[in-house]
Amino acid sequence: MSLEQSYIDLYAANRAKLLAGAPDSLNQYRDAAMEAFSTQGFPAKKVEDYRYIDVRAAFDGKQNYSMLLKATPLTAIKGNPISVNNTELLNRYYNKVADNHDPITALNTALTQECLCIYLTKNQQLEKPIELNDIFAAGVDQMEHKRILIILEEGASAVLLLHYMTRDKYHYLATQVIEVFVGDNATLQLYELEETHTSCTRFNNVYFHMGRYATVKHNNISLFNGTTRNTIKAYLKGEFGEVTLNGCVMADKNQTVDNNTLIRHEVPNCTSHELYKYVVDEQSVGAFAGKVYVAEGAQKSVSKEVNQNICASDEARMYTQPMLEIYADDVKCSHGSTVGKLDEMALFYLRQRGIPLAEARMLLMQAFVGQVIDEIPITSLCDRLHIMIEQRLKGELDQCVGCARCNK
Amino acid sequence: MLRIKNLHARVEGKEILKGINLTIRDGEIHALMGTNGAGKSTLSNVIVGHPKYEVTDGSITFNGQDLLSMTPEERSHAGIFLSFQSPVEIAGVSMTNFMRAAVNARREALKQEPLKSTEFLKLMRDTQKLVDIDKKLVSRSVNEGFSGGEKKRNEIFQMAMLQPTFCILDETDSGLDVDALRVVADGFNKLRTPQTSALVITHYQRLLDYIRPDFVHVLLDGKIVKTAGPELAKEIEDNGFDWIKE
Ligand SMILES: Nc1ncnc2c1ncn2[C@@H]1O[C@H](COP(=O)(O)OP(=O)(O)OP(=O)(O)O)[C@@H](O)[C@H]1O
Ligand SMILES: [Mg+2]
Repeated sequence: MSLEQSYIDLYAANRAKLLAGAPDSLNQYRDAAMEAFSTQGFPAKKVEDYRYIDVRAAFDGKQNYSMLLKATPLTAIKGNPISVNNTELLNRYYNKVADNHDPITALNTALTQECLCIYLTKNQQLEKPIELNDIFAAGVDQMEHKRILIILEEGASAVLLLHYMTRDKYHYLATQVIEVFVGDNATLQLYELEETHTSCTRFNNVYFHMGRYATVKHNNISLFNGTTRNTIKAYLKGEFGEVTLNGCVMADKNQTVDNNTLIRHEVPNCTSHELYKYVVDEQSVGAFAGKVYVAEGAQKSVSKEVNQNICASDEARMYTQPMLEIYADDVKCSHGSTVGKLDEMALFYLRQRGIPLAEARMLLMQAFVGQVIDEIPITSLCDRLHIMIEQRLKGELDQCVGCARCNK
Repeated sequence: MLRIKNLHARVEGKEILKGINLTIRDGEIHALMGTNGAGKSTLSNVIVGHPKYEVTDGSITFNGQDLLSMTPEERSHAGIFLSFQSPVEIAGVSMTNFMRAAVNARREALKQEPLKSTEFLKLMRDTQKLVDIDKKLVSRSVNEGFSGGEKKRNEIFQMAMLQPTFCILDETDSGLDVDALRVVADGFNKLRTPQTSALVITHYQRLLDYIRPDFVHVLLDGKIVKTAGPELAKEIEDNGFDWIKE
């Protein structure tokens, strides 16, 4: 039986339960999504967008994952922007920017059980940042398909932190699709922070749909993980939109982090920035593919993409692929990527002053990725992340489950 | 304090030091002069254990210990400090974090408690005043965007923070204006104890007016070819090296 067939069967076996547990606004897309998934199958490594990650290996049934089948819709609290399976919102926005061309999204659309909705009405300003802690703590090996919808109506603004954590040592396989609609003049800062463990596999697809004068700052921080693929697509649909896709990755042991981003300038006068920094150490693998697409007629587009990486060990691997595809003539676009080692001269300088090699390496790595954190305009979050990065580099956040090296 | 015997060293496969003999006792100041490319900085780098420099023969002992078997950080903890000819810029590492790590690493090696945050900050402030370095420099990333002279001053600041017993000043005077030169030299003299010794590498007499050497050595093509008293520096300033070569 093919790997795909096992997921098709899984769907068939659970379809009735899925339909019973969720509203029509989710259910109506399931069959078509499953169909799209089975036509495409899991992307092979020769598929351009999935060159650097072995999707089949990630989804193969070596682990006997149980599937979470709970359906307990939360009741919406008045004034609270968060709700679950909010039919009205789902009808308007669900599955409108995500699409079945990505088999992972298709699989998620077929199998997800509920959709977390975060909704800000016109001109609503969220006073305090919202932190959502997504904790893997099932007590069994588990597969999860998560779905989030974030909507900022015209002129709204919000700061959201999605914090992914593990609380036990079981294997997790998760897909997640986040659809984000940022209306005209709305501003969203979205932080994603992963702090899971070496037996956690996550496929996270994020879609931004942006209006006129909409601003998005996305910062994607991989502090500790197993195998992670983030696919981030930003669609600049209204003039004068501005999107920033930043991220940093610290990987060692047998960790893999693959970030694949697309920024589409579909109309004139939009700006995009991208800064991704990786430190890959030991036997880890990092991948970055960043495509900026400027559509015909999208004049005065400005885009700057930077990807800088440090391979701190001889065994670590880093793949980087910045891409520009431009069909307009009056644009200002640049991209650049570097892969280097830790600066030997700087290391020696620190050691001459008495700082032991391991600590000197740590200081340099921290300084390197810290630049991405420094771009965060919220001081308290910035400070907290700097501390977390320091702890991470000191090994204080290590959570190794059957990892090749620690085998704890 | 420092005893170098028949030292041979290579860099990138090329032999640079071709049999150096040098003994520096407690409290002595030795000046080292010589043509560009003679191997002065190579000698400093070998003493502090730069991994790019390969010792092929000879020995160095420091207070009786075999220096060549020690890591760069151990040499630092033992009291050796190099004021680099070209200090590197380290973006993103603040002077404060850098110095805190350095001071506490040394204290740990000496089996002392790490400094409390307030004690450490006071030490930073006091030292900054002592060597008259701008407070703003000390709050930036290590050497990042510093002018040539500011980098040299920063070397002396670090020296003052770490209180070494043996200092190598590799052209610390180059790039300094006259006032800065005096400040740097004063800084060094203030830090000196009767036991502190130093190897002062320079092309100019003027630094040696402030830091009086007991001996002056001339290094040419990887060998010390002449050693004399302070008057030798004056002679070199007036007549160059050609007369020694012959
Ligand atoms: N890291 C290195 N890689 C390659 N060659 C080097 C390196 N360091 C020194 N050398 C070479 O070794 C020789 C001696 O250099 P060194 O820096 O020791 O000279 P110096 O006496 O300090 O000269 P200066 O007065 O110009 O500072 C030179 O030919 C130099 O090019
Ligand atoms: Mg030199």
